[in-house]
Amino acid sequence: MVARADFDYSDGAEGAAVRFTGRLTLARLGDLPQRLDAVGAVASIDLSGVERIDTVGAWIVTRTVNEYGAKVTGASPEAERLLEALKDDKSEYRVHRDRRSTIERMLEQVGTASLAVWGELIGIIDFFGAMIIALGIQIRARRRLRWHAVVTRFQTVGVDALPIIGLMSFLIGIVIAQQGAVQLEQFGLEVFTINLVGRASIRELGLLMTAIMVAGRSGSAFAAQIGTMKLTEEIDAMRTIGVSPMEAIVLPRVAASTITMPLLGFYASICAIIGGGVFCWAGLEIPPLTYVQRLREIIPMHDFWIMLIKAPVFGILIGVTGCYEGMQVRQNAEEVGKRTTSAVVAAIFLVIVLDAFFAVFFSSLGWN
Amino acid sequence: MSEEIQAEIREELAAAEAVRPETFEYAIRVRGLRNQFGDAVIHDGLDLDVRSGEILGVVGGSGTGKSVLMRSIVGLQTPTAGEIEVYGKTLDTITDAEESRDLRRRWGVMFQGGALFSTLSVAENIQVPLREYYPRLDQQLLDEIAAYKVSMVGLPPDAGPKFPAELSGGMVKRAGLARALALDPALLFLDEPTAGLDPIGAAKFDELIRELADTMGLTVFLITHDLDSLYATCDRVAVLAEKKVIAVGTIPELLATEHPWIQDYFNGPRGRAAAGCNIAAERQDRKS
Repeated sequence: MVARADFDYSDGAEGAAVRFTGRLTLARLGDLPQRLDAVGAVASIDLSGVERIDTVGAWIVTRTVNEYGAKVTGASPEAERLLEALKDDKSEYRVHRDRRSTIERMLEQVGTASLAVWGELIGIIDFFGAMIIALGIQIRARRRLRWHAVVTRFQTVGVDALPIIGLMSFLIGIVIAQQGAVQLEQFGLEVFTINLVGRASIRELGLLMTAIMVAGRSGSAFAAQIGTMKLTEEIDAMRTIGVSPMEAIVLPRVAASTITMPLLGFYASICAIIGGGVFCWAGLEIPPLTYVQRLREIIPMHDFWIMLIKAPVFGILIGVTGCYEGMQVRQNAEEVGKRTTSAVVAAIFLVIVLDAFFAVFFSSLGWN
Repeated sequence: MSEEIQAEIREELAAAEAVRPETFEYAIRVRGLRNQFGDAVIHDGLDLDVRSGEILGVVGGSGTGKSVLMRSIVGLQTPTAGEIEVYGKTLDTITDAEESRDLRRRWGVMFQGGALFSTLSVAENIQVPLREYYPRLDQQLLDEIAAYKVSMVGLPPDAGPKFPAELSGGMVKRAGLARALALDPALLFLDEPTAGLDPIGAAKFDELIRELADTMGLTVFLITHDLDSLYATCDRVAVLAEKKVIAVGTIPELLATEHPWIQDYFNGPRGRAAAGCNIAAERQDRKS
């Protein structure tokens, strides 16, 4: 077996005289640094017993020399070369970012997070403005909207989402009807379950659930696609060719989500109503014909208008947030993931905030 | 010191015995290598020896499988047929995980794009292999090692805490080299280290490789397109063409061969320019 790195030493007046032996290399270092620390001050280092040395071994010698001003003797030509290469002052070479106290960092985190939220909001508004300007330029220059791109998005945002949104809304219709019926039965008013299902689905739930689903499906996809294109410099390539990314990438996506949302929202409402109807028929023994008849009496036309007004707004919101977050990707792959997450979270949050605003607004208009 | 740590150290030292690079005449021996992707045969009956302590340049036209050869040697690509020995061990036949780890810490690989871990700082990138193989090194020594590796590859003092995205192309290459050198390997693989660097940066990089190889006694497997690099750094050059290594030797030896590709390569306009500079530089050296 080849000798591990080792040393023996004798104490002197100005410090120990250390004699290294064996192989002073990373692989055979063992616990040598700790033992050497335990010796304390070192006055001289003898390398004549060293069989082999690498940069780590040379560094151990160098740092002892720097600390105690020890003299090195008996170095082989290889050892000389390594010591020579390492001898410059390394103290200015930094390894870590500056460290600060916990409180300082906590405050800084709260501060940066608040600024980030504010920046995000301003950014989205800014981006929306830039998009409107791009749209204006496109119309003024009489360039047609890239319908081909829009239609491709119809497929992925709208048609492909039909099964999942239909099933989800159908089940939600059943749940509302069932839960409503349990409560209303106590007063013998289970027939009002129809009011509950009909109005809640058309006015609020159908669209809201659709918006959440579209944000999760398509908002995230927009962010990830655009983010990846940013990383591979595709967006930059487009700019240099003279194609406006706003026009080629953002507008078709936002247009698609804006146009699809009302359609999907209406479809979801109908699915929820069908779900409720199935429950009413099976659980409350209200025949479908009566169910439909009653729906026509109790759902005012303005519920439908409310849905149609809200839907495109939610669509724009989801499209813009997704594209904005995608465009913010810089640096690395990790950011694509982060930006995709924040696209979904921001879109759902903003949709719900706006929905609350709409609810108050339409009520005060007298559309109850 | 506790028994447990003693035992750990013994184990570590025993592992260090498993592969002893300095006892081998040849660092790498490739015999009858065949690589095939679907119908496309990249290598067929390729033989290559890399001597310990030399810098071997590997050249060849685009698509002749230089990178595939390197990936085969370091075990990223399982060859269709043939045998590859690195320090007397064949990666294919190593079934023992420990043994393959032992072999892996004898080499450092620098990829073409740097392949730095993007979520870690430069210093942390350098410390990854150290932490993996020597978990008992204390943080202070780790930091010192990272610092001197950063200085050895010629990065500026403030590069350590930076993230790869904050570095320029040349700095990414240097940081990649620093990580490849983290374990003080005996064998270094470089995939087009000077590609994408400006001529001054490339020349400095050549110098750095030569210097490090001399200081640390490295064996270097250098894939390159850069004729200046060949003249400046390599002891021998291996030429890949027709699915195998058609010639290995010093540049004058290669110039003496008749093969048309080699003649085109070294005697083309760029080849002559690089050779001319090299001769001029040598004359300059002799004068001074």
